[in-house]
Amino acid sequence: MLTLVSQFVISGADLGAAFLFMFGLKRMSSPATAPSGIRLAGLGMVAAVLASFLYLLTIDAAARPHMMVNVGLAVTALLIGGVGAWLVGRKVAMTAMPQMVAIYNGMGGGAAGSIAAVELFGGHTHGATQLIVTLLGGLIGAVSLSGSVIAWAKLDGVLKKPLRVKGQQFANAAVMVATLAVAGVIVASALGVGGLWLTAPTWIWIFFGCALVFGVLMTLPIGGADMPVVISIYNAFTGLAVGLEGFVLQNPALMIAGMVVGAAGLLLTVIMAKAMNRSIANVLFTNFGTEAKAKPGAIKGSERPTEASDAAIKMRYASSVIIIPGYGLAAAHAQQKLYEFVKLLLAAKVSVKFAIHPVAGRMPGQMDVLLAEAGVPYDMIFQLDDINDDFAATDVALVIGANDVVNPAARTDKSSPIFGMPILNADRARQIYVIKRGQGKGYSGIVNALFYSPNCNMVYGDAQAVLVKMIEAVRGLGAAAA
Amino acid sequence: MTFDIAMTGFVALYIFMLAAFAGWVIIGNVPAILHTPLMSGSNFVHGIVVVGGLYALFNASTPLEQAIGFFAVLLGAGNAAGGYAVTDRMLAMFKTSETKPKAAHAHARVHHLKKS
Repeated sequence: MLTLVSQFVISGADLGAAFLFMFGLKRMSSPATAPSGIRLAGLGMVAAVLASFLYLLTIDAAARPHMMVNVGLAVTALLIGGVGAWLVGRKVAMTAMPQMVAIYNGMGGGAAGSIAAVELFGGHTHGATQLIVTLLGGLIGAVSLSGSVIAWAKLDGVLKKPLRVKGQQFANAAVMVATLAVAGVIVASALGVGGLWLTAPTWIWIFFGCALVFGVLMTLPIGGADMPVVISIYNAFTGLAVGLEGFVLQNPALMIAGMVVGAAGLLLTVIMAKAMNRSIANVLFTNFGTEAKAKPGAIKGSERPTEASDAAIKMRYASSVIIIPGYGLAAAHAQQKLYEFVKLLLAAKVSVKFAIHPVAGRMPGQMDVLLAEAGVPYDMIFQLDDINDDFAATDVALVIGANDVVNPAARTDKSSPIFGMPILNADRARQIYVIKRGQGKGYSGIVNALFYSPNCNMVYGDAQAVLVKMIEAVRGLGAAAA
Repeated sequence: MTFDIAMTGFVALYIFMLAAFAGWVIIGNVPAILHTPLMSGSNFVHGIVVVGGLYALFNASTPLEQAIGFFAVLLGAGNAAGGYAVTDRMLAMFKTSETKPKAAHAHARVHHLKKS
């Protein structure tokens, strides 16, 4: 009877959690309902975790003598992992969000891989299907763990340069083949076909070792600009691994949650890759930047510098301004100053909009979060497709810390490495101002034709310092008028 | 009567297929402006793996299984708690022009209204 009740409660809690996850994600379709969505999902998580303690009533006979120790270990792990990650998550800077997401993602992958390891070492799997699914989930989880750690190191600046050596792709393929071969040996021996040479646990260790190495090798050569795509892919990987381990443990909540996340990660990956006009395979297997040797001879003229105050006054008397922020804005910690300047423009009845490119920032949507953090209302923030036709009727386009996403070469120059990438049509505005640290190329090392166009002026300097000058210039006008 | 869940391969594939479709459609409706919280939020959702970790740890009978199970719960709990913390924080930042922003911004806002 007690067993029956516990089964019922666990299954009910898991079902509820699965529903709340889906419903919570559904509520993310608008910024107004999204906060309640994540709270509902959180409720589901708490219920599922608490209910899972009822597993204790139905554990294996072999594990029964260890029950007290295992419960102690579980509570300790929940407290250390949960409280630790919670405290870090509460105070991490918004600019550091991509590496934070990468590390949480790696943790999920590691947990899925560990579950696979427990099942394999304990010999809990029954039949070939379950064994193969366990191995597959373990492989994907382990790759996601080590790959995410490398992605974190790159985003955090611990690893500065992409590591590329000749024949790397060959080495990666060899490690992958080796991992699959080891998995084959494990399956074959479980089915009683073929000898083992080594003990079963040794093979399992080798299997996970190979998978972890593969994750590292696969991520090392990928350039920093491609990291958003990589985080999305590992998000999908971890989801997939969780879903597969859910099947092994016969837990539909894990299967559903994992698969939903897998689909979400895949969709975001596709969106990001499309925004960069590259295929996913291209991001993973070719090295961006190596062949990016643009011909600067194609561009005539020179960059025209101007004063911050002149640009500010021009904007003050414009009727419409579109601001295109890039990661350079966040790197200069200038979001607050930018919004202060925007508020002055709004007070002067200037129409101001923000235009966000899908790959602005280091992960999808990061620029939106950074603007929201500075207090910018989200109804002023527009995405590429929604705003691109407005530029032609706009007085001033202000580009801050963005480069490739406004490079018209993407439309016209077939030899450019970014040819075909959708861009923001800043060049179609009547006047363009670009705030930039100095002359030079962008993150990807491509010359920007926009900077040489006749209706474009450059404001050189640190974004924050320039904005302070702009604010002063506009305030000065107000004081003079009053 | 029992509430045991026994899934054969094909039933599992049906669940996977439906969940993947549902995920694709639900996520496709999320506006680009929320893509970062969406990613950390879906990150949080796969933190449900902690439940699987607990199951594995409770059924562990050797020190090796216990150690790996502990690791699984530790990582899973970190994934879930961390993912929730950052997502909740980010979503709380999104305000419209109509809603009165809190604290620091409220002051600036009043100031700006007076001017215009």
